[in-house]
Amino acid sequence: MEAFTQHTGLAVPLDRANVDTDAIIPKQFLKSIKRSGFGPNLFDEWRYLDHGEPGMDNSQRPINPDFVLNFPRYQGASVLLARENFGCGSSREHAPWALEDYGFKAVIAPSFADIFFNNCFKNGILPIVLDHDTVDLLFKETEANEGYKLDINLEQQTITRPNGEVITFEVEPDRKHSLLNGLDDIGITLQQEAAITEYENKRRERAPWLFS
Amino acid sequence: MAAKTLYDKLWDDHLVAQNDDGSALIYIDRQLLHEVTSPQAFEGLKLAGRKPRRIEANLATPDHNVPTTDRTKGIADPISRIQVQTLDDNCDEYGVTEFKMDDIRQGIVHVIGPEQGYTLPGITMVCGDSHTATHGAFGAMAFGVGTSEVEHVLATQCLRQKKMKNMLIKVDGKLGHGVTAKDIVLAVIGEIGTAGGNGHAMEFAGSAIEDLSMEGRMTICNMAIEAGARIGLVAVDDKTIEYVKGRPFAPKGEHWEMAVKAWRELKSDADAHFDKVVELKAEDIIPQVTWGTSPEMVKPVTGTIPNPANEANPVKKEGIERALKYMDLKADMPITQIPVDKVFIGSCTNSRIEDLREAAAVAKGRKVAASVKLAMVVPGSGLVKEQAEAEGLDKIFIEAGFEWREPGCSMCLAMNADRLEPGEHCASTSNRNFEGRQGQGGRTHLVSPGMAAAAAVYGHFTDVRELELQPITGGAH
Repeated sequence: MEAFTQHTGLAVPLDRANVDTDAIIPKQFLKSIKRSGFGPNLFDEWRYLDHGEPGMDNSQRPINPDFVLNFPRYQGASVLLARENFGCGSSREHAPWALEDYGFKAVIAPSFADIFFNNCFKNGILPIVLDHDTVDLLFKETEANEGYKLDINLEQQTITRPNGEVITFEVEPDRKHSLLNGLDDIGITLQQEAAITEYENKRRERAPWLFS
Repeated sequence: MAAKTLYDKLWDDHLVAQNDDGSALIYIDRQLLHEVTSPQAFEGLKLAGRKPRRIEANLATPDHNVPTTDRTKGIADPISRIQVQTLDDNCDEYGVTEFKMDDIRQGIVHVIGPEQGYTLPGITMVCGDSHTATHGAFGAMAFGVGTSEVEHVLATQCLRQKKMKNMLIKVDGKLGHGVTAKDIVLAVIGEIGTAGGNGHAMEFAGSAIEDLSMEGRMTICNMAIEAGARIGLVAVDDKTIEYVKGRPFAPKGEHWEMAVKAWRELKSDADAHFDKVVELKAEDIIPQVTWGTSPEMVKPVTGTIPNPANEANPVKKEGIERALKYMDLKADMPITQIPVDKVFIGSCTNSRIEDLREAAAVAKGRKVAASVKLAMVVPGSGLVKEQAEAEGLDKIFIEAGFEWREPGCSMCLAMNADRLEPGEHCASTSNRNFEGRQGQGGRTHLVSPGMAAAAAVYGHFTDVRELELQPITGGAH
């Protein structure tokens, strides 16, 4: 996994609550057995005017000019501003894979769905929870100022706005450590192999029906 | 000793290590695998040169991509075919027990787990699917994970987790005639919203939950995720134990006695602390119908579609306006006036034998309305299908004009050929009414099986409580 330390990027406002993982990456693209290549189909049903299927040449498809990601001023955006309960619905990790493949490094919202939030950290994307009013302020400033960029520093847990003002955010220490160092979660767990074996032996005694 | 909730007990019982950084290592007893979220996990394992830790702790079946029509010719869509083939290949290579597409035991993962006795009280279970919450109906700690965590469990039999908070949904009283588990859970979601359970394990309790069958409890826990909770739970009682007894993977002999003794402890202590408590009266619950594009956009069948003019919160107001536009519905319109083009009875929420009996009780002696283009019944597994046929339910459905299909996820998410066309309204017993979920431009209304069958008969939503129901004789499990 790619590490996340500091990132300065153009923000794009997606002004809807309860954006679900079916909207982030529609199911027909889940048939892929790969982890990459989902970016062109991120928000497929909102981004394009036709119906998308795997294998289509997306560069030839009619784009929806009214969808915010297609606005010329937001091309190259890498920080997604979102509303409440972003990423609700299915557990598909294809959702953060699509966001990452498109070029997003961070998502800022007042709240996230639990499984999506967890999946982001496994893929080098930083989901940041800020209070409703602060998210609202970022929405207003992004919409009012073309080229509005945010500077996100994970080590310091800060977001610096273009005017130099700093917003701080919370992140759990273990998630922060893994993301800062781009660590392999499985590798970390395997360091506790002895504890796992010890537990497993006890579990086998207490619940032998699970091992027979 | 401090009083504990059921979730506290399950957590403590599976704690391998509490780390200094606040995370915990939790042991995962069993994993269910399907074709959509496992290929990249097996690939990751291979790329890292890692071996599965306990391959026998996995059970697999293809469900999302399988056709529900004649399977003798295989899967027509080449991309779907490759995905199912990849699951078969991985299971063969690693020696995972798999119920392949032509096996009578094949079905939706969340139906076959309990059906096989693979889902047991007191275990931790994961699957790369958010509806894994279903298995909490057995007093098991079960939750959906992403593909990275599927790989993590394959490699280590553990997950790094944070303990969640405890939430109690208490439903006391008696459900009225025609009101079901689906209506309870939709009413709960309408009450607390789709983010209401975020960060919480959600236990369902109270006399109305105790009165439910295991199928009903599974329906409720299945949709805990639609209320934001990754985990749904119901305490173990006689019904739980009776349901598990004798199933293929259930403990036998001496182990059975030992297991039952341990399972009897799987309930929240009387004075356990819950961070949030929500109480509903069963008598107040009326059959529910979703009108919008989120499960929280739900009303009783006797109600009307909301008017955005009455909503003060601007984000919510815009959400209602957008949903009305997508669904092509007018504010203040009665729910019973919504026309239905297609009907889908199935999914991991409502495709078990009891669900099919409930729908058959409405369909028996009636006909699907001429205006309904397609009404389909998709059993949750080959064994559910077999049992339903033994009870004659297939004939009731076919005579009424329903199609009787092969088992799988089908039109719940339309990864196979079963889908809505743009603009079509569907009465569906599934769990999500998101935009495009059942096909691009499709309009989903979530309801109970009885309500779906009633909508098929009348061509629009109808209060199932007003219908005379035909007796359906079912056997024991």
